[in-house]
Amino acid sequence: MNTLIYDGTFEGLLTAVFEIYERKLYPVKLLKGEWHTSALFEEVIPIVTDEARASRVLRGLRKKLSAAGVQRLYISHMAEIAGEDCNVLGFIRHVFDSDQNIEEDYGNKYVMRLSEILKMVRREKHRMEAFVRFQKLNDGTFYAAIEPDFNVLPLLIKHFKSRYADQKWMIYDITRAYGLYYDLHDTQFIEMDFAELNKPVNVIAAYSEDEGIYQNLWKNYFASVNIASRKNTRLHVRHIPKRYWRHLTEKI
Amino acid sequence: MNVDRITEKLNILADAAKYDVSCASSGSDRKNKDKGLGNASNGICHSYTEDGRCVSLLKILLTNHCIFDCAYCVSRKNNDIKRAAFTVQEVVDLTINFYRRNYIEGLFLSSGIFKNADYTMERLVHVAKKLRIEHNFNGYIHLKSIPGASEELMREAGLYADRLSVNLEMPTEAGLKLLAPDKNRQDMIDPMRFLNQEIIRNTEEKKLFKNAPMFAPAGQSTQVIVGATPESDQQVLQSANYFYKNFNLKRVYYSGYVPVLADKRLPALNTAVPMVRENRLYQADWLMRFYGFHVNEIVNNQNPLLDLDIDPKLSWAIRNMQAFPIDINKADLQLILRVPGIGLLSAQKIVAARKFARLGWEQLKKIGVATNRARYFITCKSNEFERRDLTGQNIKQFIMAQSQSKYIKNTQTQLNLF
Ligand code: SF4
Repeated sequence: MNTLIYDGTFEGLLTAVFEIYERKLYPVKLLKGEWHTSALFEEVIPIVTDEARASRVLRGLRKKLSAAGVQRLYISHMAEIAGEDCNVLGFIRHVFDSDQNIEEDYGNKYVMRLSEILKMVRREKHRMEAFVRFQKLNDGTFYAAIEPDFNVLPLLIKHFKSRYADQKWMIYDITRAYGLYYDLHDTQFIEMDFAELNKPVNVIAAYSEDEGIYQNLWKNYFASVNIASRKNTRLHVRHIPKRYWRHLTEKI
Repeated sequence: MNVDRITEKLNILADAAKYDVSCASSGSDRKNKDKGLGNASNGICHSYTEDGRCVSLLKILLTNHCIFDCAYCVSRKNNDIKRAAFTVQEVVDLTINFYRRNYIEGLFLSSGIFKNADYTMERLVHVAKKLRIEHNFNGYIHLKSIPGASEELMREAGLYADRLSVNLEMPTEAGLKLLAPDKNRQDMIDPMRFLNQEIIRNTEEKKLFKNAPMFAPAGQSTQVIVGATPESDQQVLQSANYFYKNFNLKRVYYSGYVPVLADKRLPALNTAVPMVRENRLYQADWLMRFYGFHVNEIVNNQNPLLDLDIDPKLSWAIRNMQAFPIDINKADLQLILRVPGIGLLSAQKIVAARKFARLGWEQLKKIGVATNRARYFITCKSNEFERRDLTGQNIKQFIMAQSQSKYIKNTQTQLNLF
């Protein structure tokens, strides 16, 4: 068993795949992180991300998978779900070790796992498209904070950009400390220092005048549409798990 | 803006609108135009009520004043309740401001009838027009068509709305006569027929001219209330089937009657909402629309009522044991879809995956098949399969025994929690 350590990027992963085949390193354990810290504890092989090698592997994948298949693989990795790198790697190996396109070989455990990962990621993406709650700031920007289970912010660009084309908006992933900002023309990723911004005084001062009014109207609406004689708390919580509540205007 | 007054109106007019169960906001393909606000494509549930229903649209009445006296309706003329009416501008502002904050997919606007049908319909259309033209709003708009409104207004409504609906309210004409004496079934069917023709004509136009204006791109739907009158499930589903077939309806919604009024024509006030029945009707509706079942296979003269204990697919299967078992590695997709415990997606996955290798129980489980149900009806790559010669009744008992214990467990944890 060889332990490989790489930088966590998709190119890094593909470089690792290159090394595995080139140096016949199977079986391997794949870890994300910085080499020097783990090196203290075990024998590891550091993978230095190499664009040329990565793109050779990518070209290979493109030959054996459909465009959508490559995209799905990329998304599964990008979601950064803990402990799944070995399954993503297993999938890639299955791709290269088979003669035909194995995308729909659901009897294979890696193909099945990837389809499960994708389902989880898609669900999280849909949840974010649903649960983002913008608050209007003084300068007219609509701001929302999110804490998704997986890294799905990049998957949200298309949806929000085509929907909110005439307002400036920002969606900030608090867990991963970066955000997506739309300036009426384009979107870009940004990082912010919240130490100052987050003080209660600053937050309240930043809201537009009618923000509180509409939040209240929405809460009222939410309460009015409930039909008490049909109450079903289990179903309710299954649809909106409690961990999302703290960012939902109607549940605060 | 008078915040208190708007809040009060919103409370009254959202409360009065909530019994219309339709919430869909999908099926349209309205794009964001000229960097305006919104689009309507994929129908998102932005929240869920405490009873577990999807909240996707701002669903309100323009007014709950009404000249009619339908027995099942809170807004009926002779009910002593607070009345309110929004102005057109108020509805527009609420919609835009909720939409910008990502609370909703759009607006579902209905109304009690003040003065007459046309007067009311004109105002509904006005709201939609203002949103589209003045605000370049491309979110979802569902307008309720007021029965008896003129064709001119219906046509205009179709130009701005994504979906239009006329509620049948009662599954049969007799039911309607009994509970809504002011209403006339023909007044509901006429606009449905008119809309259907317009939608078909528009589809033809679109084929010829790409720039032809959209006309109700998400089609039309309707709602029937079940449990207020004594119709059987057979009558309800056959009526639904008739409207699907003849008017190309996108959806029929079944709304279990919520007792809101004391009236000797209606179930008593303490009657429970028929939620299980409602759920079974939706399941049956899915079987008709997506699983290739004919309505008569689900309900017929021998079985006019859906079994409340088990879902209609299982119910069909145990009545038709001669069709099973089927071999999962060989059978057509259409047959696999008929197996209890196998849904649409799983069935498609099975058909794709078996090209690579024959599938056994483990793989079926992974694919998402509920094998504890399906096992009585299929064989796969395994020597283990149901060898006993079980009757449909036996199977029903086995499956219910399993889900019953699950049910009891769940209610217990619920008791511990609350
Ligand atoms: S016409 Fe509509 S709003 Fe008026 S009483 Fe009948 S169902 Fe209610």
